[in-house]
Order: sequence, then structure tokens, then C-alpha cells
Amino acid sequence: MAQAVAAAEGGERSSLLAAAQGRRARQILGERVLLGLLVASSLVAILTTIGIVLSLLFETIRFLDAVPLFDFLFGLNWSPQIAIREDQVGSSGAFGVIPLLVGTGLIAAVAMTVAGPLGLLSAVYLAEYATPRARSLAKPILEILAGIPTVVYGFFAVLVVAPFVRDSSESIGFEVSSESALAAGVVMGVMIIPIVSSLADDVISAVPQSLREGAYGLGATKSETVRDVVLPAALPGIGGALLLGVSRAIGETMIVVMAAGLSAHLTVNPLQAVTTITVQMVALLTGDQEFDSPKTLAAFALGLLLFIATLILNLIALMLVRRYQERYD
Amino acid sequence: MDMTPSNLMPKLTARGVNVFYDDAHALKQVDLDIRAHEVTALIGPSGCGKSTFLRCLNRMNDLIEICRVDGDIRLDGEDIYDPAVDLVYLRARIGMVFQKPNPFPKSIYDNVAYGPKIHGLARSRADMDEIVVSSLERAGLWDEVKDRLEAPATGLSGGQQQRLCIARAIAVRPEVILMDEPCSALDPIATARIEALIDELKQNFTIVIVTHSMQQAARVSQRTAFFHLGNLVEVGDTDTVFTRPVDPRTESYISGRIG
Amino acid sequence: MTDPRQSPTETILASLPRRRRAEARFRIYGIAAIGVALAFLVLLIGAIGSKGIGAFSQAEIALDVTLDESVLDPSGTRDPETLSTANYRAVVRAALGEIFPEAVSKRRDRRKLMALVSAGAGFELRELVLEDPGAIGQTMRVWVPADDEVDMLLKGAIARESGRFNDKQLAWLDRLEEEGRIRSAFNWRFFSSGDSREPELAGILGAISGSFFALLTCLVLSFPLGVMTAIYLEEFAPRNRWTDLIEININNLAAVPSIVFGLLGLAIFLGFMGLTRSAPLVGGMVLALMTLPTVIIATRASLRAVPPSIREAAIGLGASRMQAMLHHTLPLAMPGIMTGTIIGMAQALGESAPLIMIGMVAFIVDVPQGLLDPASALPVQIYIWADSPERAFAEKTAAAIIVLLAFLVVMNLTAVILRRRFERRW
Repeated sequence: MAQAVAAAEGGERSSLLAAAQGRRARQILGERVLLGLLVASSLVAILTTIGIVLSLLFETIRFLDAVPLFDFLFGLNWSPQIAIREDQVGSSGAFGVIPLLVGTGLIAAVAMTVAGPLGLLSAVYLAEYATPRARSLAKPILEILAGIPTVVYGFFAVLVVAPFVRDSSESIGFEVSSESALAAGVVMGVMIIPIVSSLADDVISAVPQSLREGAYGLGATKSETVRDVVLPAALPGIGGALLLGVSRAIGETMIVVMAAGLSAHLTVNPLQAVTTITVQMVALLTGDQEFDSPKTLAAFALGLLLFIATLILNLIALMLVRRYQERYD
Repeated sequence: MDMTPSNLMPKLTARGVNVFYDDAHALKQVDLDIRAHEVTALIGPSGCGKSTFLRCLNRMNDLIEICRVDGDIRLDGEDIYDPAVDLVYLRARIGMVFQKPNPFPKSIYDNVAYGPKIHGLARSRADMDEIVVSSLERAGLWDEVKDRLEAPATGLSGGQQQRLCIARAIAVRPEVILMDEPCSALDPIATARIEALIDELKQNFTIVIVTHSMQQAARVSQRTAFFHLGNLVEVGDTDTVFTRPVDPRTESYISGRIG
Repeated sequence: MTDPRQSPTETILASLPRRRRAEARFRIYGIAAIGVALAFLVLLIGAIGSKGIGAFSQAEIALDVTLDESVLDPSGTRDPETLSTANYRAVVRAALGEIFPEAVSKRRDRRKLMALVSAGAGFELRELVLEDPGAIGQTMRVWVPADDEVDMLLKGAIARESGRFNDKQLAWLDRLEEEGRIRSAFNWRFFSSGDSREPELAGILGAISGSFFALLTCLVLSFPLGVMTAIYLEEFAPRNRWTDLIEININNLAAVPSIVFGLLGLAIFLGFMGLTRSAPLVGGMVLALMTLPTVIIATRASLRAVPPSIREAAIGLGASRMQAMLHHTLPLAMPGIMTGTIIGMAQALGESAPLIMIGMVAFIVDVPQGLLDPASALPVQIYIWADSPERAFAEKTAAAIIVLLAFLVVMNLTAVILRRRFERRW
């Protein structure tokens, strides 16, 4: 009798066990599928990069069929709209990228002249001087600057800064074009301030307190400590922050599309109108377009240049910041 | 050593010193005299307040926002917490060496030259050279670094870095040097060198050293103060404190029962 | 043994005033830097606010229109087809002629008179009639929009002496004003219509709707993809070179210029996959790829913030790693993930360059109704208007910016509140 009960119980238990095993098997299968989905979605990021590289490369190669690489990279003349001479390849203009590189560099230089000092000084102030209260007030304000869409900065440049630059330079006797590199660059610089300041703030805050104490212990003032000890210690990271700022400046589109010029002048005078890589990409791809003309393909070649330049800057910047963080971990 | 009365008067006096971190009462009603040209050791279990007290003496605690210091601390009779006191001046007179060697990310030379440079103590390059060389010599580091003065200081070994930090501190020619467990990050050989150095330095400087090692206190100090749970329990000649402690807590600690 | 050199204290004391001044200067530099940034922000918001506030009101002119059956519906059938193609402009002209009989005689004057009223006045009468055909034959007072130049004149943005209006026109306007036939009304058209060549008729509904469909696509794609990628990298991925590569890749994607994503969309989504140009679907796909790194980084940070003890407790009770993650870690990390996603969406809402690349920059009057209708987007609309020569469009541009910034403020505030509300200290 007792044995029979035990056997029945045993049978019940084993059927429960079987059910549990079946559930477990289904669960394992489900988890496999889910894991597969997770892996697959993580590939999207990789595929995006591959997609960018392939599409840029592919179209650039087609562009280089029409325009020789040498003429593209070292040509001093950019005028994709007008045929310069009858027998010209693609018969639709000159594709020398040098004026665009100079223009992009000029505007980025103006932008960094604004964003570098202002960003670093604000970072130093926030990290070393500000009370927690002032910090909690000033940081969000700087973040607002970072959150404003670039098209808004562009309109601001056209509405306020460009007329101001023009009027004030004319009043002291300078000839200024209404779409000066200066106006676009200054506004872009303001946009980049929060990028530089927040990264530099992180980097400065990561300098070990023991170094500061070492300087204070010798009787250094706060500014001496910052200038002679903290900033040199944070230098690689600050370099990284500035490089990321430059990378943003050369890739920025809307501000320059709206506030910088369209025609390519080879000049380093910030009061003149210059054009940039991104401006030309927009100009080439808007309006009437045949998809296969050297004009549209040129946009991809410019895109490839831009991608490579920002990639290199970003990688160096990330490496600097990372190496710096390791040093003080 | 000249025996002017000023040398018999305490260099530093602390009366009724209390320290709070927010609401935590870290140091309670401490009275302590530091005599000139002696080594005073502050000992006690960790968290007893000995480092906190040390950092009151050059107002390093001012850097910690939540920290509040009450009481009266005087250097040669001048209240160092007087609002008129300039921290730069105070810290130039009371130097400090830290627990972990913290050389600046500069060359060996520039590390030692930094204090004299900001205070304008060298009138010429030759002046500065002399200060750097003599400071390194007194810190017992000269022979090891004389060929690589322009090398980065971070490339030195831990013990060398700590002696560099001592050289950096004495280059300003302070009157008092505070040392916060200067050997805790070092190996025994480096420790022995630093201890020998401390013994020499007391000729010219008044030294206050925090240590967690009773042997070290016994070896280098003339006077010892024992802290426990924020109280200064006992202070006296090192020999007396270690051989005939008055307070039972001191006795427990030195015999290894409180740790 | 005493030091042969003189005590340094005198020298140090002497150096103190100079160093205190240097210290004060340094501190002022820092404050000034933040001050400059702040001043720019105030100037930007002030300039755009003061420029754009006017666009929320619009001058309207009262006309006593007679919806003459012989003009609008001569056959009397009330056929909607007839009614919608009828000549409403003639009705407007007649109403104006009632007020200014002296202007009707000369063609030139008639044209100048008509120029005071928006070209959209006729459309509004048409809407009125189509809604209620019974109104035909009646005479009623209707407020129709004034022309944009008149609007600018009344707002003081154009001077009377500018030469844009001749003396007769100015006199007519004065009379309209005396008779109480001119008012400034809330510009509901700005929120209820699409783009237009006429500034007084142009609205942002089309652009907002385009942005909405693009953001919807962006959210539907980037949220699951981003969260799943983050879960894989944070909870399941082995630490090896392959995952390192994915990580570097994600960090780098976050810093690729947005215009390059536009080229990707142009080449792959439009060129290779053959999707429709100017469609919010494609715009949303491009924005999703751009937003992905933000969502991934935010999700990983929130997953990491959940203490491992919770995971370990679940696993200790016999849950699998996947169950521990799905039932315990992920729900706890959700507020942080939502916050990051909203911030990513806000960034996407402000993007214009990649959308321009895929053709969402066209002049589109109709309000898009779906993912494949040609559309623009709010920031792109701002760009288009900023480029338009009419003075009234500058005002519209600033007003559209105010609306865009308002959306962004709401989104970011939601993110902040979400973070505050659910912020947990473990």
C-alpha cells in the first residue's frame, strides 16, 4: 500500500519533471532566438559604418572616372556649375578641392578661436572655482547651447551676427562681404563652446586631488595650481576635447550653408566670403540634379574626404582622452 | 644648534581644536604643543583623527567643503585661522609631504624649482640652480638624479618620488614640515632612507609626522601624541609614551590590542 | 647649523599683492567666459523671440462679401466640382469695389487695390462656401487675411515711405483702418496650413507633420535596435576584439557629421533600395541610424547603474541570465533608457542636413498624411524660409524656430523630470 502511494507520487513527480523539462527546453529555444536578435541588432551599428564607407567609396570611384584624382585633390579652382573650357571632362566645371579645404579650415579656425579659450576657461571655472550651486546653474545653461539645433544658429548668424560684423568692420573702414567667414565662424564657435567645456571639465575634474594638494601645500595660489599643475596634467585630455571641437566644426553644415558663401574664393581673410566642403555638398545635391553627373558624384567625394578627416580627428581624440584616463586611474 | 628662547617656546600650539565633517565630530577638543626642531609623531588607529589634525596645521582642510574647524591654532603665537592670514604665506611657512608621492607632471628640476619659482625666491637662474641642487642634496636624492634633472619626475621609483617631494617641500625653506604617512606606500629600504632623512631634517625644520607604524614613531620622533576616536589621549616624550603610557588606551594600542 | 641664506618670508610677503591680483584676474576670466556664452544665449533667444513674436498675429481686412450666385454657381446645381473651381477672386474684387467705388474705373487701380488683400482670400471664401453652400446669395462680413506687405506695414517692419505702396494704396489702407475694417488677429493659419509662396498663408503644419512621421519612424527603429544592442554589449557579449570593435564603432558613429548620414541615405535608401525621395520614412530611417549611438550609450549606462546584486539574486533563484535581464534589470533601467531616448529624439528633431540630402527640402504645400507622402520637416522648413527673399518670411522663420525650440524644451524637460522622478540611489 505504502509502496503504491510512493509509486504514484513518484509517477506524478516524474510527469511534473517532464513538463518542467519541456518548458525549460522551449525556454532555452526562446532565449536562443532572443540572443540571436540581440546579436543581429548589434550588427546594425557595424553595417551603418560599412554602408557609409561603401556608398562613399563607390560613388567616389565613379567620380574619379570623370575627374582625375590629382585635379580633385590639388586643383585650385572649384566651380562645378560652369564649364571652364569646351573639352573639359564632364564638361560641367572644375573640381579642385583646395579652395574648399582652405575655406573649411578658415571657418573652423575662427570657430576654435572662439570656442577654445571660452570653452577651456569656462571648464576651468566650473571644475575648480564654482560652488556646487553655481555649477549646477551654469552647466545646464551651457548644455542648452549644445541643444539648440544648428539651423537656429544659422538663422541667428544671418539675422544678427553677419549684419553686426559687416556694420562694425565697415565703420572702421574694412571691406566686408555680407557672408563673411568671420560671422559663420563666430556663431559656430559659440555652438562648439559646450562641447569643449564639458569634455575639458570632465578631464580637469579627473586630475587627481593629490596633485592639487601638492601645489597648495607649497603655497601655490589656486590660479597657479591650475595653470602650472592641473592644466599640464590634463593636457592630453584637453587636446582631445579641442580635436573633437575641430571635428564638429569641419562637419557642421547648416550654419555655413546659411551664413557662409557659395562661391569658392581661395583666401584666408576672414572678412571675405568662403565656402566649405559641407556647403558644396548641399549645393551639389539640391536643386535639379541628374544622379550620375560628376556634379552629384562630387558630393560623395567631398563626403568621403569629410568622413576620413573627422574619423582621424575623432580617433586621435578618443585615444588621447582614453590614454589620459588610464594614466590617472 | 642655537638655544635662543624662541626655540624653547612651542613652534605650534593647538587649543580646543574641534573638526566636523558635516555632522560627524572628527576631532574633539584637542590641545597640543609642537616644539621647534623636534620630530613630533601623531599615532593612533586609522580614523582616529591624526591626519585630520595634521591637515588643520596648514589649513589643508579648507579645501574640503564639508569640513569645519573650530579652536585656536597658533604658529609662533600668530593665529593661523585669523581671516587676515594669507594661505599662500602660511603654506610657504608650513610645508607638507603627502601619503602617496605626488610629483607634478614636470621634470625633476622643475618639480623642485616650482615652489621657489612661484614665491620668487630665486633672483637668477644660478640662484635657482643652487636651490634645486641643495634641496636635492638635503633630500638625499642628488646622487641618483644629477644626470637626469630634465627627465620627467613620474619616471622615478616610489621612494625616489617621495624624496623628491621632500626636496620640493624644503626648497621653499619652510619652518615646519608636515608629513602624512610619508612611508606608507614605500618598501622597507626606501622607508629606512626617508627615516634617516627625517632625522637629519629636524636640525633645520620642525617636523610633524603622522604614522600608522609605532616602530617608525619610536625610531624618528622625540615626542609622540596618541589619538583615539577623535580624542588626543596622551602626549609626551616618545620614550615615555612607549615604555610607561599613562592611559590604558595607549597601552592597549602599543601592545597591539587596539588596531 | 643655520641656513646661510636670508629668510624667505620677506620675499614671499612682498609677492603676495601681485599674486592676489593675478588670482582675481584668472577668476574673472572664467566668469567672463561663462558670461559670454550666457550673453550669446540670451541674445539668440531675445533676437529670435522679438523677431518671431509678430508672426503669431496677422492683419485681416473685413470685407462685406456678396456670395453672388451668378458668379459662383450660374447653373444653380450646387455641384461641389463647380463650387470649388468658381471665381472667388471676383467676389473679393466686388467686395473691395463696394468700399472703394472710385478705384474700380481704372485697371491699374483695381490691381493695386486687390494687392492689399492676400491671394488666399478667395480660398478662404471657397472653404466657407464648400462647408455651407446655403450661404450662396447672402451678403456677410468676412475677415480675410491682408497681403504680407500690408501686414509688415501695419507691424511697422516696412516704412510708409518705402515706395512699396503708392499714395492711393496708403490712403485706402487709412480709410479701411478708420472704418474699423482692419484688425490684428491670432494667426491660426500659421498652425493649420502647409507651406505657401504667400507668407501670410504659409504655415508649419506640413513641416510638423513631416517631422512627426520622421520621428515616429526614427523611434520605432532606433529604440528597439538601440536597446537590444546595448543589452547584448552590456549583458551577454564576451569581452574580445570583436566587441571592442563594435564599441569603437559606436563611439565613432556618434561623431560622424550628420550630413554624411544624409549621403548614406541618398546612396543606400534612395539609390540602392529605391525608396521614395522626400518621404518621412526615409528621413526617419536616416535619423534612426544617427540616433542609435545615443540610445545605445544611454541604455548601457542605465543597465550598468543597476547593481549586480539584483541580477545575482535572480540568478540565485534559478532564473536564467536572459530572464534575470528581462524581468529584473531591464525594468529597473527603463527610466534611464527612456530619458536617453527622449534626448536622442530631441536631437533628431533638430537635424536638418541629412534630411536635405534625401530631398525633404522641396516646396510642399500639402500636409503629409503618411510615411510616404512627400514632406519637409520643421528645421528644414526653417531653412527654406530663411532663404526666402520676402521680408515676411523672416518673421515666419523666427516663429517656426520658437515652435521648434518649444518642442525641444518640452522634450528635454520631460527627460529631466523622468530622470529626477525615477532617479534611484542604490
